[in-house]
Amino acid sequence: MKRAFPLLAVLSLILLAYASYRALVVAPTDALQGEVYRIIYYHVPSAWTAFLLFFINFIASVEYLAEAKASTRSAGKWVAIGVGVAGAGVAFLVPMPAGIRPSAIATTMLAIPAAYLLIGKYFPGEKLDVLAVTAAEVGVVFCTIVLVTGPLWARPVWGIWWAPGDIRLTSTLVMWLIYVSYLMLRRLSNSAQTQTLAAALAVFGALDVPLVYFSIWFFRTQHPQPVIGGGGSMDPRMLDTLMLSWTAFLFFGFLVCWARYRLELMRRKVEEAQALQSLMDDTTEPAQARYRRNAS
Amino acid sequence: MKELWSITLATLAKDIRLEWRSKDALNSMLFFSLLVVVIFSFSFDPLAEESRHIVGGLIWVAFLFAAVVALNQTWARELRNQVLDAYRVSPAPANALFLAKALGNFLFVSVLEALMTPLFVIFYNLHVLGPAWQLIPIAVLGTWALVVNGTFFAAMSVRTRSREIMLPLLLFPVSIPAVLGMVAGTTAVLTGDNPAHFYIVLLLTYDVVFTTACLALFGTILHAE
Repeated sequence: MKRAFPLLAVLSLILLAYASYRALVVAPTDALQGEVYRIIYYHVPSAWTAFLLFFINFIASVEYLAEAKASTRSAGKWVAIGVGVAGAGVAFLVPMPAGIRPSAIATTMLAIPAAYLLIGKYFPGEKLDVLAVTAAEVGVVFCTIVLVTGPLWARPVWGIWWAPGDIRLTSTLVMWLIYVSYLMLRRLSNSAQTQTLAAALAVFGALDVPLVYFSIWFFRTQHPQPVIGGGGSMDPRMLDTLMLSWTAFLFFGFLVCWARYRLELMRRKVEEAQALQSLMDDTTEPAQARYRRNAS
Repeated sequence: MKELWSITLATLAKDIRLEWRSKDALNSMLFFSLLVVVIFSFSFDPLAEESRHIVGGLIWVAFLFAAVVALNQTWARELRNQVLDAYRVSPAPANALFLAKALGNFLFVSVLEALMTPLFVIFYNLHVLGPAWQLIPIAVLGTWALVVNGTFFAAMSVRTRSREIMLPLLLFPVSIPAVLGMVAGTTAVLTGDNPAHFYIVLLLTYDVVFTTACLALFGTILHAE
């Protein structure tokens, strides 16, 4: 980490700078919206990164709960595989609304067992929880970027900052609220039970998001339809820039996650060592006095 | 299964008896929502036509806030004399405890709603234009939606440092679809503009999903160490 991290950080900076140059200078101006549309190169990549991180948080949380007991460990794995396969099958059998390709849904559904197995392999035991908190924290940051850049764009284009009742806006906002409450819970609860409580809340949050979506789906949505995979059309130069921008954001997000992950691991190690130390200390000297003596 | 219900009923009976003798939760909820009604009626001074559009929101916000008062007391009561720890080591199924608490809260909040709804009718000159009977499924399903998640999150927040504050912070974000269903459904019935069936289905879905999730995860929460 010591050597690779600064190198990767510089690389990420260059990538972000180049993506910004492409977004602000090279990409053509939108025929209808003019220059304002360029915020899309920050808004959409942040949204994708945030959703990806929340997805990782959900998988890690479920896995953390499933790993707690031997009886649920293999059950969790099979449920994940079952959901993926059944979801992919349903995507092809059930007629999809116009503009949504079944293969896109099937790939998304198959990502569930793939993520579940991979995360379980590389983040065993307590590391699942460290991964969950990392993904949630960084996800909230990216989601905040989405919620800030959205209204900035909406004001000149729609004439309003915020469209209450809009399906995408509301569900993103609720998702943000849920994950902020998740972080609050982690901050305010006792260290020993935090992991389990937070994992349970993450599951509730993930169940809530489709319901929010469902609860407002019949409202006319203001938000532009997705242009990627939704059958929309976009200038190839714009698409290239968007993808480049996403790569830069993902790379940056990955770096931040890595640092946060290491930090959390170290923090827990220190805590453990301190707890062990206080057990080993057979002195009857009160902790406060000992602290004062050590400090002086 | 039979054991589950007998333990549920025993715990529920105990809670009702406690509440009947102390009336802690009910009194504080009643007074709290009375205050909300009065403050709202000062803040907005609507005509009968306008009030039909806003009262669905006011009434459910008042009940939501008031329910938090009762929900906070659910588990705090069991902390005295380490009763909760005793539950934890006892062989009784965790879900029996959860169901008893949720049913108890449902009962208390329903009593509150039954007592407060006439006040709203008086203060806001309400006159229902849609099919009034639909308010009953909306109220029952909506109350259960608040209470089932509220009981679960209260069990979580009782483990945190600042209990009383934590519960609304956890409960409100997850309750947003339910609150939306209750408010929009009530408004639809009051104004008679559009049918409320969609919202009843939404609330039913919400209830089924989250009751299942609560029952599946409550044991883990209770035994979390």
